[in-house]
Amino acid sequence: MALSVDEAVSTGPARDHTPPARRFGGRGRSVLEVALLTVLAVVMLFPVLWMIETSIKENRDVYAIPAKFFDFKVTMDHFKDVFVASGGGRSTLSVSFLNSVVVAGVSTALATVLGVPAAWAYSRFAVKAKKDQLFFILSTRFMPPVVVVIPIFLMYRQVGLIDTKLGLILIYAAFNVPFTIWMMKGFVDEVPAEYEDAAMLDGYTRLQAFWRFTLPLLLPGIAATAVFALIFSWNEFVFAIFLTSSDNVRTAPPAIAGLIGGTTVDWGLVAAASVVFALPVLVFAYLVRKHLVAGVTLGAVRR
Amino acid sequence: MSYSAPLTTDHPGQVASATPPAPGRSRRLGDRRLAVAFISPALLLLLAMSVFPLLWALYLSFTDYSATRGGPAEFVWFENYTAILTSPQVHLRALTTLIYVVGAVTLQTVLGFAIAYLISRRTHGRGLLTTLFLVPMMLSPVVVGLFWRFMLDAQFGVINSVLGSLGLGQVEWLTRQRTALISLILVDTWQWTPFIMLIALAGLTAVPKYLYEAASIDRASEWFKFRTITLPLVWPLLLIAVLFRAIEAFRLFDLVYILTSGGPGVSTETLSFHVYKVAFLGFNTGTASAYGILMVLVVIVLTQLYLRYLNKLKED
Repeated sequence: MALSVDEAVSTGPARDHTPPARRFGGRGRSVLEVALLTVLAVVMLFPVLWMIETSIKENRDVYAIPAKFFDFKVTMDHFKDVFVASGGGRSTLSVSFLNSVVVAGVSTALATVLGVPAAWAYSRFAVKAKKDQLFFILSTRFMPPVVVVIPIFLMYRQVGLIDTKLGLILIYAAFNVPFTIWMMKGFVDEVPAEYEDAAMLDGYTRLQAFWRFTLPLLLPGIAATAVFALIFSWNEFVFAIFLTSSDNVRTAPPAIAGLIGGTTVDWGLVAAASVVFALPVLVFAYLVRKHLVAGVTLGAVRR
Repeated sequence: MSYSAPLTTDHPGQVASATPPAPGRSRRLGDRRLAVAFISPALLLLLAMSVFPLLWALYLSFTDYSATRGGPAEFVWFENYTAILTSPQVHLRALTTLIYVVGAVTLQTVLGFAIAYLISRRTHGRGLLTTLFLVPMMLSPVVVGLFWRFMLDAQFGVINSVLGSLGLGQVEWLTRQRTALISLILVDTWQWTPFIMLIALAGLTAVPKYLYEAASIDRASEWFKFRTITLPLVWPLLLIAVLFRAIEAFRLFDLVYILTSGGPGVSTETLSFHVYKVAFLGFNTGTASAYGILMVLVVIVLTQLYLRYLNKLKED
């Protein structure tokens, strides 16, 4: 990782569109800019690298004063502890990772199945007060989770959804539907409606035209949207900590946060668990890098 | 501006146009049914999981209900609201939240825009640089909070270790009232600067090259170009990113919970965190609901602003 920063920085002479007669132009300035960027990149990436380092250090090196940057023995014990319980068998952490996979996966599937058709309908048809509906849908996504969780908690207590995966799946799907609709509407808008019109002239119904001609073209967009929904659910913490309590339901974020509850904290284990937890997200984010701007603004800004 | 998908313009003309009138009418009817069938499931889920809970919270906010005491809820009308709005405790939390939101969002905007500007001037390694800078944003707030809690530890934390080897003093980051809030702002800035950077970069790369070329021919200074070309063209988009971040920062809970739990004292208790304490530690469900409704109102105002600017941007 650090290597690639060097690569990025050791570029050739930078393009400059200043005329040569500038006082402070050209080379001097571009060297300064590269230096600045390097410093900023190191500062931004240091915590991540430090966490990775901590996860492969032995305990006495983790707490070393002054901190050890390079001269430490590499160990994989912390990663073993993430997955294997001390007495053998599965650790509670690994169970929580599996729960996260199930909850994030199912809630994403649900949000996609509900959101994609709605996005298509909003894009293609003249719906009454469409603008207001779309705004309303997006504003539900901006609600403070801490506030929403109070009535949801009472509601779930009534219907027995407290401490169940289904309860989490439903609330995550509800939080991902607005995003799915906004994001997908942009993708549907990019597919010409004329395809469907032409298909309907050939005798297909509107539904068939959507299914056979538009949907296949939307698949890349659906995949990107689903990946973002997956990341949101995977990282979510507030609902997870208030609506679940038992080890076999709990998702990874509250389980990892639970590691610092005791009097002594095993920071090596925390680091290893965090690395394992963050890796899939980074891989996924890399896959959808083309749609990142749309994704992180909930589909509102597209470039 | 560059191309952006028309999000909010209705296209009545899009609905099956090249058909003879008679089947056209029945088709339009079919279309309407299809639209309803496709949209209602999603809306139903939203009504059940967002609107209904909020309405319930609204009802509870007028009562003295407590989640642990049980029993029927008595109507107290606006007592909860007056209690909250006149409470010095809440005023303090509001101030803390304001300092945090303004501080964090300002820092992020300046830093994020600066990084985006520097990256946009490079010809090589742009994609790689962007990818590297984006890593913090993708991490869960839980992981970020834990990372930094470890790094800011007064005894064995790496930050103090580095400060020490530079010959600077040790700082009790998370255990002193004043530095705790600063730490919270710094950590949030570390995580969300990439967000502003990403949006700003999208705006910067969309600025047409010929404008700069024309300015260069006129021998315009770099500063002049920046002030008259770059900033005006990127500003609308940047404003949206800033508003978005402000809404998110106002809602923030998880980072506070992990990093400081509102302490030391109440120095890092934001409004979000205070609501949680009233609801889940004090069990004053009615009061907490009123508190929550007031917060939702603030969010709605901010969201309206955000959407208005978003619309303006799309119509350009």
